[in-house]
Amino acid sequence: MPLDIDTLRLDFPILAHTVNGQPLVYLDNAATTQKPRAVLDALNHYYQSQNANVHRAAHALSGQATQAFEAARAKVARFINALDDRQVIWTRGTTEAINLVAYSFGMHSLKANDEILLSTMEHHANIVPWQQVAAATGAIIKVIPLATDAELDMEAAAALFSTRTKLLAVSHISNALGAINPIKQLIAMAKAVGAVTLIDGAQAVGHFPVDVQALDCDFYVFSGHKMFGPTGIGVLYGKRELLEAMPPWQTGGEMIKKVSFEQTSFGELPFKFEAGTPNIAGAIGLGAGIDYLSGLDRAAIAKHEQALMAQLLAGLNAMPEVRIIGRPQAGAVSFVINEVHPQDVATLLDMQGIAVRTGHHCAMPLMQALDLPQGTIRASIAFYNSADDITALLAGLDKAREFF
Amino acid sequence: MQAFGHTITDTEIRTLFANAQGWEARYKELIKLAKQLPALDAADKIEANAIHGCESQAWLVSEVNVQGLWQLHCDSDARIVKGLMAVVLAALNNKTAEQIQAFDMEAYFADILLLNHLSPSRGNGLRAVVTAIKQSCAL
Repeated sequence: MPLDIDTLRLDFPILAHTVNGQPLVYLDNAATTQKPRAVLDALNHYYQSQNANVHRAAHALSGQATQAFEAARAKVARFINALDDRQVIWTRGTTEAINLVAYSFGMHSLKANDEILLSTMEHHANIVPWQQVAAATGAIIKVIPLATDAELDMEAAAALFSTRTKLLAVSHISNALGAINPIKQLIAMAKAVGAVTLIDGAQAVGHFPVDVQALDCDFYVFSGHKMFGPTGIGVLYGKRELLEAMPPWQTGGEMIKKVSFEQTSFGELPFKFEAGTPNIAGAIGLGAGIDYLSGLDRAAIAKHEQALMAQLLAGLNAMPEVRIIGRPQAGAVSFVINEVHPQDVATLLDMQGIAVRTGHHCAMPLMQALDLPQGTIRASIAFYNSADDITALLAGLDKAREFF
Repeated sequence: MQAFGHTITDTEIRTLFANAQGWEARYKELIKLAKQLPALDAADKIEANAIHGCESQAWLVSEVNVQGLWQLHCDSDARIVKGLMAVVLAALNNKTAEQIQAFDMEAYFADILLLNHLSPSRGNGLRAVVTAIKQSCAL
């Protein structure tokens, strides 16, 4: 049965807003998604009825908060098919999760001349922490180049893997281009040389089911706010034996077993990586987001998103001055318009109530590789977008083109 | 010599926008103004002249003449930003440092219904342009 998008949209109060006097057409979902009422209610309910710190106090509210907080962890574990709840570490988001792996695993396990393999498509969050690791350890960063059509050059990737490769860090879906990377193949290549794998799933989890066991990656990271949950909460999934072996990254309260002024022993997973009071409301809100998402027909959602994507690509292809970058497959479509600066287009779209992103999308090396110094215009969809949103964007672009 | 601040002043700009009905007319005026603002020489489009805080590239070159009047040259690779720069230069170019510091940019942009572009949250960096001009012409 096709999705009833009009009814689903009612779950997202912000979508009824107007911007610059026009109905909001929100096509910046790769940056952050809107939140369903279920998530907003969960946040409100926590602060109104459950607010207490978790894991420590011997009173009823703290017990309730702890239960809700840990229930959310279990929801995340089921959502990505992790074997064990303890493999789900709360972070502030994808960026912090990558930093945790870089500073805990990378800094302690890598040594001079070990190789870290990244891809040209990476977001800065999956580049800069590894540069810091390389600078501190003497490890070397190698980069999988692009083939024609802005996809990863898998032949070149095969040639880059060697026994010196200790870590592969690559995105599941490119935030800038909407390309789905062949991560199963890359993970297999990494395993063949004994390298550890980290997948940046920030752009994937909101679009289709992810199964970390089927992928067999060592680490998988994502953010709550890009999958209809709150900001400031994210997840590091890791293989148990790796997480057990890794030293704590941030230290302080919550992550300890016993502290004296002479020495400290650290807590068990997942707490050894969760120093300080966590984002309790965020975790509970993300749990509500997962419940919401799981309650929808995800196959129907994926089909709906594909239809929107096809409509958008067909519309853009019909505009002679428009050039689509690469082969967008999920979430985002990046394009440029001949002779027109992306920012000018975005400004004129904004005046029509249409929200898109422009620029380098925090993927400057990718824009450099594609020779796009001004970046691109990126329209990114979520399941709550409608065919009318795409029609509005295309009409908005037609109007914007009249200005130049 | 460029017209902005010399033959086109903030008064002309206010009149121009008072006659522009609706956002489309206002943005068309901005793009027309951008075409009238001469491009900076490639040699001036260097890091030392770059204004950061813009999603587009933007540059400012400023010098004071013997009469103590500041001669400001701006450029951007985005046309709407360049049009906004022309609006700023109409008000600040060929003025003394005192006149530049005293000019009420917020009221000016509010008058021509483009105030949102001066907001620090806007990626176009117009606020950074105005700050850079005021800093380079500091008393």
